Amino acid sequence: MTAVTHEVDVLDVDTLIESSATRTIVCCGSGGVGKTTTAAAVAVRAAEAGRTVAVLTIDPARRLAQALGLEEMGNEPVPVPTVDRSAGGSLDAMMLDMKRTFDEVVLNHAAPDKAQQILANPFYQAVSSSFAGTQEYMAMERLGQLMAERVDGRPRWDLIVVDTPPSRSALDFLDAPKRLGSFLDGRFIRLLTAPAKVGGRAYLKVVSVGVGAVSGAMAKVLGAQFLADVQTFVAALDTMFGGFRERAEQTFALLQNPGTAFLVVATPERDALREASYFVDRLAEEGMPLAGLVVNRVQMTYVPSLSAARAVAAAESLDDEPSRSGWSPADSAALLRLHADIAEQSVRHAAAVGRFTASHPDIAQVQVPSAAHDVNDVEELRQIGESLTGA
Amino acid sequence: MSDRRPTSSDWAGVRLHIVSGKGGTGKTTVAAALAMALATEGSRVLLVEVEARQGISQTFDVPQLGEEERRVARGLHGGEVVGLSVDAKAALMEYLQMFYKLGRAGGMLERFGVVDFATTIAPGVRDVLLIGKVYEAVGRREGKRRGGDRTYDAVVLDAPPTGRIGRFLNVNHEVAGLAKVGPVRQQADSITRLLQSPQTVVHLVTLLEEMPVQETIDAAAELERIGMRVGAIIVNQERQPLLSPQAVATLREDPDGTTLLEKDLGSAGLRVGPVLTGGLVQTGLDLGDRLELEAQERAEIARLERPTYHLPLLRDGLDAGGLRELADALAGQGICANQDESEGTAG
Repeated sequence: MTAVTHEVDVLDVDTLIESSATRTIVCCGSGGVGKTTTAAAVAVRAAEAGRTVAVLTIDPARRLAQALGLEEMGNEPVPVPTVDRSAGGSLDAMMLDMKRTFDEVVLNHAAPDKAQQILANPFYQAVSSSFAGTQEYMAMERLGQLMAERVDGRPRWDLIVVDTPPSRSALDFLDAPKRLGSFLDGRFIRLLTAPAKVGGRAYLKVVSVGVGAVSGAMAKVLGAQFLADVQTFVAALDTMFGGFRERAEQTFALLQNPGTAFLVVATPERDALREASYFVDRLAEEGMPLAGLVVNRVQMTYVPSLSAARAVAAAESLDDEPSRSGWSPADSAALLRLHADIAEQSVRHAAAVGRFTASHPDIAQVQVPSAAHDVNDVEELRQIGESLTGA
Repeated sequence: MSDRRPTSSDWAGVRLHIVSGKGGTGKTTVAAALAMALATEGSRVLLVEVEARQGISQTFDVPQLGEEERRVARGLHGGEVVGLSVDAKAALMEYLQMFYKLGRAGGMLERFGVVDFATTIAPGVRDVLLIGKVYEAVGRREGKRRGGDRTYDAVVLDAPPTGRIGRFLNVNHEVAGLAKVGPVRQQADSITRLLQSPQTVVHLVTLLEEMPVQETIDAAAELERIGMRVGAIIVNQERQPLLSPQAVATLREDPDGTTLLEKDLGSAGLRVGPVLTGGLVQTGLDLGDRLELEAQERAEIARLERPTYHLPLLRDGLDAGGLRELADALAGQGICANQDESEGTAG
C-alpha cells in the first residue's frame, strides 16, 4: 500500500531501537489514538532486535494483553512468552496499578507506624485511587522505579517503553506531577499542616486574620471532619514530601535526558493532530527529546494511481451494463465506488497530516496504515512495528 | 440478534440527557446533534461541557464559550440551543458567593490556593461542583417565583468519557467518608436524587470497533451498579457497505478468478493491470473482514437491549451541514418524542 507522501523526514523507529543510547521511549498523545498499541509494537520490535525491554502499559485492551500472551498482566513485570528471543533480547510487560504504586511509595518512604496511619486515612484512599492526576504521577513514579531496578549492579532493562494515561490532554502527563508537587508545596497545605504541627489552633492567632477566615470557609463548605482528615493526612505525608517532590523532579530530569525519546502519537484527524502539535511545542519548550510523530490509522489505498473521481466515473459507466449471473458489472461498480471512498478518505487524511507538517516541517513522522481490525496477536504487532520504520 | 429499535416514548419525561463514550467516538458531536434534535419549536435546550475543551464552540464554529450561557445554534425545528462551558473554579466561586456571601474572603481563598485545592485536588469536590451547575440548570425556572416556566426544556451534558463516567456521576460515593456533613454533602445528595430519577438518562456513544464497544458494555454495567439509567446506545460513524455479501463471498472463494472483473474494468475504459485488479480485490476482501468484525460488535451491542440509534459517517467532517444531518438522523429515528409525534400527524 502506498501513502500520499510529504517532504518531511521519515521517523524510523529502528534507529531508536538500534542505538544503545536510547534508554526510554515514551508514547504520548490524546486519548483513543492507539498509544498503547504503538508502545507494544515498539517494545516487541526492540526485544526481537536484541534489546532487554520492559513495556509499561496503562490500560491495555483485553485483546492487546492477550496478543502479548498475558492474560493476567499486573503491576509487576512478567516475561512476554510470544516474542522471538533468538537475537538475545527479551520483553517484560506490565500494567500500571495506580493504587498499589502509591501504597508502595508510602510504605517505602514513611516510618511503619506513620505508613499505616496514611494508608488508613480516608483522604489518602480517595486521593490514591481517584484524584485527577494521580495516574500521571504514578506512571512517572513507576517509570522511575523501573529505571532504578538493578540486576548484578546493572540496569535490569536497557530499554523501557512507556504508554501514558488516557488524559483529556496529552500535556497532563507532563503537568500532573508538577501540579502535585506544587500543591504539596503550596501555601494552603502549609496552612493546614501548621496547626497540626504546633499543636492546635493557638498557632492561628499569630498568623494573619485571613487564615482563620479561610479555614472557617473551608470547614463550612466541606465539613469539619473533612478538614480534620485532610490535616491528618497532610501531616502524615509531610515526612515524605521531600521524597515525593525529589522523585518527581528526578524522573522529570531523566525525561529531559538525551537517552529518552518521545513518540507523539496521533490519528489523521483535526483534534488529535491539534493535541499532537501542542504536545510537540511543549516538549520543545521543556527541552525534552522528541523523536517524532506517529500517525496511526492512516487510510491508504492499494491503487494510488486511480483517483476517486476517475473510479466513480468508471463505476457510473458500468451502471448501464446488463446484469450477469455470478460476478456482475454492478459488483465491479461497487468495488470501484468502495475504492473511491477509500481514496477520498486517504486524501483527507493526507490533508490533515499536511496541515501538521506545514506548521511543524522539521518534525520527523511516520504513518501506520489503518487495519481492518484491532490487534489480535504478536504477528500483527510485528507488522505495526515494521510500519514504524517508515519502510 | 438485531438491536433494539427505539420508540418515540423512550425518553418521555427525560430532562437531563448525559452523553458519554470512549475518547475518539465523537461524543461531543453526538451531544451537539442531540441538543439540536431536541430543540423543537419554541423550546430551549442547554448543551453543557465540563472539561474546558471548548468542544461546543468548535463544533458549532462560534467564539469560545465562557461562564455565560449563550445561544450557539437554532434547533432543527425552530427551538434554540444554548451553550455553556462549566469551569470548576468559577462554579466554586459562584457557589461560595451564593451560599456564604463571602465578599473579600473569596479573593483570599484564591490567594491561599484553596480554590486550586478544592477544584483540582480534593477528590469528588470538583465533580460535585461541575454537576452541581448542571443540576442547577435543570431545575432553574424563569423569574423569582417558584412556579415560573422552566428555563430549559432539556439539558444535554457532554460528559467525561466512559473510562471516567462512573466516578464522575457517582458524586455521593466520592464525597462520602470525606464530607460527611456540610453543604457539599447536601449538594451531593440532591444531585444524586436527580441523577437516579427518571428525569435522567446516560446515552453511550460507540463505534463498531472492539475497544469502544467493550467500554460501552463496561460503562453500562457500572452505571447500573451506581443506580443510573442507561439511555440509548448511539452507534456513530457507521458506513454503508457498498459491496453485497454475495460479492464478498465470491471474492473470498476465488480471489484469482478476476476475468469478469477485468472485463468490466476494461469496458469502463480503465487500463487493466495486476495493480488495479489485485488492488480492487484486496479492497473488497478488507471490507469483508471489516463487516465481519462489525457484525460481532453489533451482536455485542444488541445484548445490551437498549434503544439503539445509528449515525452515518460524515464524509466531509462536520462542515457542510454535517451536524444538521446527524440531528436529522437522531430525530428521524425518534430520539425526540415530540418530533416523532408531529411527523406522525403530518404523514
